Amino acid sequence: MERYYQQEIECASREQILAWQNERLVRQVQNVWDNVPYYRKKMEEKGLTPKDVRGVEDLYKLPFLTKDDLREAYPYGLMARPLKDCVRIQSTSGTTGKRVVAFYTQHDIDLWDDCCARAIVAAGGTNEDVCHVCYGYGLFTGGPGLNGGSHKVGCLTLPMSSGNTDRQLQFMVDLESTILCCTPSYAAYLAESAIERGLRDKIKLKAGIFGAEAWSEEMRQDIQNKLGIKAYDIYGLTELSGPGVSFECSEQTGMHINEDHFIAEIIDPNTGEVLPEGSKGELVFTSITKEAFPLLRYRTRDICVLSRKPCSCGRTHVKMSKPMGRSDDMLIIKGVNVFPSQIETVLLAQGYAANYQILVDRVNNSDTLEVQVEMTPEMFSDQLSQVAEREKQLVNALKAMLGIYAKVRLVAPKSIQRSEGKAVRVIDKRKI
Amino acid sequence: MTIHQISVFLENRAGQLAQITTALAEENIDLRAINIAETSDYGVLRLIADQPQKAASTLLEKGFILSMTPVIAVSVPDAPGGLARVLEVLAAAAVDVEYMYSAFGQGDGKAYMIFRVTDIDKLVQALQGGGIQPVTGEEMGIH
Repeated sequence: MERYYQQEIECASREQILAWQNERLVRQVQNVWDNVPYYRKKMEEKGLTPKDVRGVEDLYKLPFLTKDDLREAYPYGLMARPLKDCVRIQSTSGTTGKRVVAFYTQHDIDLWDDCCARAIVAAGGTNEDVCHVCYGYGLFTGGPGLNGGSHKVGCLTLPMSSGNTDRQLQFMVDLESTILCCTPSYAAYLAESAIERGLRDKIKLKAGIFGAEAWSEEMRQDIQNKLGIKAYDIYGLTELSGPGVSFECSEQTGMHINEDHFIAEIIDPNTGEVLPEGSKGELVFTSITKEAFPLLRYRTRDICVLSRKPCSCGRTHVKMSKPMGRSDDMLIIKGVNVFPSQIETVLLAQGYAANYQILVDRVNNSDTLEVQVEMTPEMFSDQLSQVAEREKQLVNALKAMLGIYAKVRLVAPKSIQRSEGKAVRVIDKRKI
Repeated sequence: MTIHQISVFLENRAGQLAQITTALAEENIDLRAINIAETSDYGVLRLIADQPQKAASTLLEKGFILSMTPVIAVSVPDAPGGLARVLEVLAAAAVDVEYMYSAFGQGDGKAYMIFRVTDIDKLVQALQGGGIQPVTGEEMGIH
């Protein structure tokens, strides 16, 4: 029996969803025009006024916003409300360039919490659950978002934040956590640690809500098997609110976008042209209910596909695939587009662990790609020829997936640093 | 008849081998034979210890990846032609040898060779047919 947090919204008819979107979009465009000079100027440059946008069908006319705009307008340039109306600031975990800050009114936080609550209920959460949140708390949206959603659902919330694995496991066992919220790489690490410490049978988890970084279907299977749970994906961006922009249901075939708050488009990342449904391209969002920090046509850099195929869970909101990569995570090696997620898929399919690192360098004006993989007991043999044979199979499988040669380097177990937040998968040493 | 060889994955990194020998030394484990097969990036360390179980658990605790492999030890006269005679016997019986290496001398005028084969029974039969008796673990001081 599927349960919902806001059934009348999550299972609304397409006509109803479109009616909400039309009305809210028109109001939001007027709001931005009136209150955000930065974006108004962009509209004026295109010869647009709010009257040109009568509904979702006119969305394509509006100019895009990118991360560069957010940096340029830092910190207050894209706000639509005075600071006295705002109650919270969150910031991206961005490791390059200037941070991006986002502002929230109390109403914004309420709606954000609702979105996260929908995700928790979709993962089977009720007020009987103990929700163990080990996303970071602070400027990062992961902790505060799931924390707020967990409160709305009425779960007993454990605001663990990230780090201190021994304490995480102890609380998980002692307080019988049933829902785990963290990054997938940390979930994999917790699973590994629980097994090592012989705690696997003492853990009562039933579900996990994992997001904030790319993870493959194989990694999902690995986490599900090791922890004996169902693992759900959740997606979001600080720029739009945080986690909960979209979330997975029991079908696990994509994430329902909360369309009453966000309008999604898929565009060609090179031309900016809107692509027909089912096309693979860059995901663009327009936030239609945000008060403090409303972004119109924000380019996420995430490459994915949207699907309106009816879902067995009963939810009617459009589904997005797991991002297949980011146009800014995408590595161009010898002119070929390589996504770290492709490498992860191959490793897991070949029986290696999801602990890997990708090293890109340029030697004698030619790009080199090296994948460091930890040896596992299953892949080891006393016969060098067998180890080498398996290594060769991996090299061939990578070549088949990527189209270019990747050197494989088998390394000692636990020699690749584990992450408690977003995993550092790629080291690009090229100086271009 | 078989002896337990411990095979350890060795990343080609400074100090890896020393880490292993130190760990074993701390547990007072004595080595009877050691051999490394390597590529440029990694290798497989094969060792025969006087206390195989203890050696294996010590290394597992240190986080090494290893496997136990049954091997056969043969005593060879420490004189010219000693090894040649053993290998002739195996060649005549068409025994397929995966790899072999020598063990540390026991100071008794004999050398020991360690054989890893796919078919242990066939190897033992061939040796016995040629009048060569495999060495037991006890004879090599393995408990």
